[in-house]
Amino acid sequence: MAPRREAASKFGPLGGEFRGVSAAGAYTPDLFWQAFKGSLAKFDPRVQIRNPVMFVVWVGTLVTLALTIQPDLFGPTSASHLYNGVVTIILALTVWFANFAEALAEGRGKAKATALRQTRLNLVAKRMLEDGREETVPATQLRIGDIVRVEQNDLLPADGTVVEGIAYVNESAITGESAPVLKEAGTDIFSAVTAGTKIVSDWLLIRVTANAGDSFLDRMIRLVEGAKRQKTPNEIALTVLLSILTLIFLIVVAAIAPVAVYLNARINVADLVALLVALIPTTIGALLSAIGIAAIDRTMRFNVLATSGRAVEAAGDVQTLILDKTGTITIGDRQVTEFIPVAGQTRKTVIQVAFLASYFDTTPEGRSVVAISIARGAEPIPGLDQASGLDFSAATRMSGLDFPDGRTVRKGAVGAVVQAVKDKFGREAPSDLQAVADSVSRKGATPLAVSMDGDILGVVVLSDVLKPGIRERMQELRKMAIRTVMVTGDNPITAQTIAAEAGVDDFIAEVTPEEKLNLVCREQSEGRLVAMTGDGTNDAPALAQADVGLAMHSGTTAAKEAANLIDLDSDPTKLTDLVAIGKQMLITRGALTTFSIANDVAKYFAIIPAMFIVALPGLAALDIMGLATPHSAILSALIFNALIIPMLIPLALRGVRFRVETAEALFYRSLWIYGVGGLIAPFIGIKAIDLMIAPLL
Amino acid sequence: MTLQSALQIALTLLIGALISIPVGRYLARVVTERKTFLDPVCDRIDNLIYVLVGKRVCSEAMSWKAYTLHMLTTNLFMAVIVYLVLVFQDHLPLNPLHFAGVEPVLAFNTAVSFITNTDWQAYGGETTLSILSQMAAITFPMFTSAATGFVIAMAFIRAFTVKSGGADIGNFYRDLIRFTTRVLVPLAFVLAILLIQQGEPQTLDATVTARTIQGAEQTIALGPVGSFETIKHLGTNGGGFFNANAAHPYENPTPITNVVQALLMIILPASIVLCFGEMIGNRRQGWVLYGVMGALLLVFLPITIASEQAGTPTLVNAGIETTPTLVQPGGNMEGKEVRFGIAQSGLFATVTTSFTTGSADSMHDSFTPLGALALFVGMMLQCIFGGKGVGFLAALSYGIIAVFVAGLMVGRTPEFLGKKIEKAEIILVSLVLLIHPLVILAPTGWSVVAPYGLASMANAGPHGYSEVLYAFSSSAANNGSAFAGLNANTPWYNWATAFVILIGRYPPIIFMMGVAGSIARKPFTPATTATLRTDTATFGLFWFATILIVGALTFFPALVLGPVAEFFAMKSGQVF
Repeated sequence: MAPRREAASKFGPLGGEFRGVSAAGAYTPDLFWQAFKGSLAKFDPRVQIRNPVMFVVWVGTLVTLALTIQPDLFGPTSASHLYNGVVTIILALTVWFANFAEALAEGRGKAKATALRQTRLNLVAKRMLEDGREETVPATQLRIGDIVRVEQNDLLPADGTVVEGIAYVNESAITGESAPVLKEAGTDIFSAVTAGTKIVSDWLLIRVTANAGDSFLDRMIRLVEGAKRQKTPNEIALTVLLSILTLIFLIVVAAIAPVAVYLNARINVADLVALLVALIPTTIGALLSAIGIAAIDRTMRFNVLATSGRAVEAAGDVQTLILDKTGTITIGDRQVTEFIPVAGQTRKTVIQVAFLASYFDTTPEGRSVVAISIARGAEPIPGLDQASGLDFSAATRMSGLDFPDGRTVRKGAVGAVVQAVKDKFGREAPSDLQAVADSVSRKGATPLAVSMDGDILGVVVLSDVLKPGIRERMQELRKMAIRTVMVTGDNPITAQTIAAEAGVDDFIAEVTPEEKLNLVCREQSEGRLVAMTGDGTNDAPALAQADVGLAMHSGTTAAKEAANLIDLDSDPTKLTDLVAIGKQMLITRGALTTFSIANDVAKYFAIIPAMFIVALPGLAALDIMGLATPHSAILSALIFNALIIPMLIPLALRGVRFRVETAEALFYRSLWIYGVGGLIAPFIGIKAIDLMIAPLL
Repeated sequence: MTLQSALQIALTLLIGALISIPVGRYLARVVTERKTFLDPVCDRIDNLIYVLVGKRVCSEAMSWKAYTLHMLTTNLFMAVIVYLVLVFQDHLPLNPLHFAGVEPVLAFNTAVSFITNTDWQAYGGETTLSILSQMAAITFPMFTSAATGFVIAMAFIRAFTVKSGGADIGNFYRDLIRFTTRVLVPLAFVLAILLIQQGEPQTLDATVTARTIQGAEQTIALGPVGSFETIKHLGTNGGGFFNANAAHPYENPTPITNVVQALLMIILPASIVLCFGEMIGNRRQGWVLYGVMGALLLVFLPITIASEQAGTPTLVNAGIETTPTLVQPGGNMEGKEVRFGIAQSGLFATVTTSFTTGSADSMHDSFTPLGALALFVGMMLQCIFGGKGVGFLAALSYGIIAVFVAGLMVGRTPEFLGKKIEKAEIILVSLVLLIHPLVILAPTGWSVVAPYGLASMANAGPHGYSEVLYAFSSSAANNGSAFAGLNANTPWYNWATAFVILIGRYPPIIFMMGVAGSIARKPFTPATTATLRTDTATFGLFWFATILIVGALTFFPALVLGPVAEFFAMKSGQVF
């Protein structure tokens, strides 16, 4: 798997362009070989009929094949076996190119599925029996509710929840991230484990939460393999449009036949088939499904698992992004950013006492106090090891430690520390404490008072720390016209500070889980497409309601099941990349549709004069390309029509590049490249092919 | 072409454009029920009609289905009345020349033709119809068919203005009545007086007898022509009172009536586009579409006029002067009235096909091949302003396809005027685009190989093909003008054109109303900088290209085998 960092770095700075991750996963010769084999199987008419445009080409191939064997099948004709045979071969190649494009796009997903399946193959479980004994069973026999034991170097046999134990787990088989993750019982997020991952230390008891076949690993195999791949709404709409255009051209071409009879112009049926195939939008028809599969493949290489193409398509459309503050905008925990002395104390004293008070504090905030105070010169003192720690509790709202000699240090909520000093030592708080604490609160940070014995020495300031690069991400989102809304359980003051620092457009403070759901619904009722990131069980309803729900792989099973995108790296800011992929997919479809239709003008000028050269010689004036012979003109148009497909396969798989700029600018550029380019390119291409093949005929 | 005739044309178009601005705003006021200066009178008339029709049915909000169903049943009801009047005109009053009842197949064709705003005529008016038939079976549906097309377009626009997913798009009867009493009747009344002043007859007498210079007695057909002519053009109808249509001196007595009638064809279809801008609260959008349609007109109008002026090699070889001078018009004057000349005839012919009216002041059959090509294109695209309401809808159907593809190119699910364009809309709009070539190309193809089709054709080769192609294009586009030379009053052509007219008219309307219904239900999506704006010149260009490429691609082979082949043959001296 491509490491995420490499992929993310492709996302340029402001105004940069999204190149996708094409470099991260090159197409190997083996993939081409697999695609070649797959493309042949796709000649099956049951497969072809799913793509109406190419089905028409396929039927046309059969018609010209019949004409190759029996040229006067539909009446006397001047066409030879050989000419009809050449037309048949070009048509068959056209179908094959389309098959190959689709097979190549599918290839990488299939390869990954094979690898994942390999992981699943050898899973065995040590199931705990009621009497306490263990039995070894194949993982396929596990049922929900079974308890299994896993030890160092075991692969987890099933998805489950940790019920006992603490261990490091390497999840690289799923996420590609090799740094092990700590799993333990009793927490929402850290107790979920996934089948196929590996225990690298200690042991765990797991309660199975998914039957064999329903595990995350199974889901992943199905998704990457595309077994459940359904056309996205937009893809269906485009398919309908292309099908009806095909039908229109069928009428147009069929209507030529009676007129030819009326004008006594003897035309070759193979030429009519050639004209039809040249006119119907084969370029986009051949590449449409490859574009969609490739987009899903790109999300996969960004280490995001899409449960459907619909989610990727919707990502390109998102107008509002709802972000959870914690873990998305800020790194999960608050950190010390300042030490402020009061009552004439020195900063050094405050740092030292804060260090002592936090020495046994195992909360993330406590760890941060220790780390930062050491960095600022605090050091252990004798007797520290004999001191007894006081854990933080919701009741005392303080932590600290008591030395054997009776000295006590405390750190905690300002009110709690003031009360404790008053109760125990009968001392009032320093006069400047309240002012300092208030000013810290006003800035959205949390003040903690530190005291030694009866003296309150100063204030430790805890603040949320923004994730690196978050401001830039928010600016990119704004440029893509996506409104960002931060939701947080914090009070409004804290929320406002973070919102301003991160540069989000809006924030909602003191949010409950129901309010998240309401927020999603409200935005949707105003006609916006909503994306949301989340990882907790209580995020699940809102994730399910959102048009794009991005769950973190580190999150709970409920969240992952509700979401339609799962980020295996648990990096929610990747939504910007997903938006780019979704847009790229649509842009590529639009660009190739425009190109395909614009191509028709030149093809008409090549084929129509050639078809009627005998009956209406005056029409030779329409042959503005000056093509060598009628046969060469028709074959050149047909060969161009076929060759343009493999030439555009790289574009279809990579996607048209997407820049963060206004719709107007994007449209203008696409119009020039694919509209005007699509008008001109075939004139040049057909003429060039004509020059090459004319001597051969 | 002389400078004088160029100025004439430019001035006519400019006047048309200038008039369409206030008229467009007035239309929007009528449709959105804002105050107009006619309210004091019209409110009373309307209220009386509401009482007669039924107050409830004239006020309830309708879904797209109800709206369409009421439109269809009303049209059917009127078609039956028209049919009965025609068939039984010999038993009805106001038949001074004692014409027999109209033959049933012809009556069916005529009823269908006039109820659909097509006005294809397989009969000669002055030799077939009684005065009552001319008024009740021809003039009457000229009002209602124009009004029907108009209100459908308005209901469609309303769908985009429904902000929060409501399904109601107005009330059919209320729209129909208000448009008739506040727009069609007053305008027609005032302008009829102008035309009568210019010499058009307005009488219940069927004939007048004149003594010629040689002393012979000549009976000249008359009738209520002035009232007929105004609504014929104002409503983009096009059927003639007389067989010669607008080339007849009583239908079009002076160059002034020629210009006024051309303007009458232009005004309402052009105003609808601006009315659209007013209704959606974005005048720019209205002007962008106006620009697209105007540009198409300006592409094809000069082709016709230049080609007619250039004449033909045969004329040149015969030593006929084709460059105009002050004393003679030059060019190809075959089939044209000397009092109108090349420029006025070319303008009238282009306008009558582009605005799908079908009135004709010259014989389109006699146009040079390229001159006729532009007339074909007008009917094949049917949205170079197009007929009342339906031309606008045709343009919108291309517009929705353009929005869909352009929207994809900027990476968004396409939106038009704040509403998402998705599968349902694309299916319906694609079907609309499918029907037009189907009903033109299929029967044309059949006709040129079937013996009963060939029997009606006066010419061979590409020209004969053009005659048939023109007949079905004209029917499908609800135009009604004819390429003379084809005898259309045969069972095959009467039945075939009648069905082409019906299929060319109602299914597209029903599908577009389906689009309206689907659009109305959708929530309004606020625009952002990532939304593709459709009221810009860039999008206008794309819209223009979509109409031209999708429309022209569809008919390219047909046009190449007809007019274009004839053009090249003509250059090499071959005639058909």
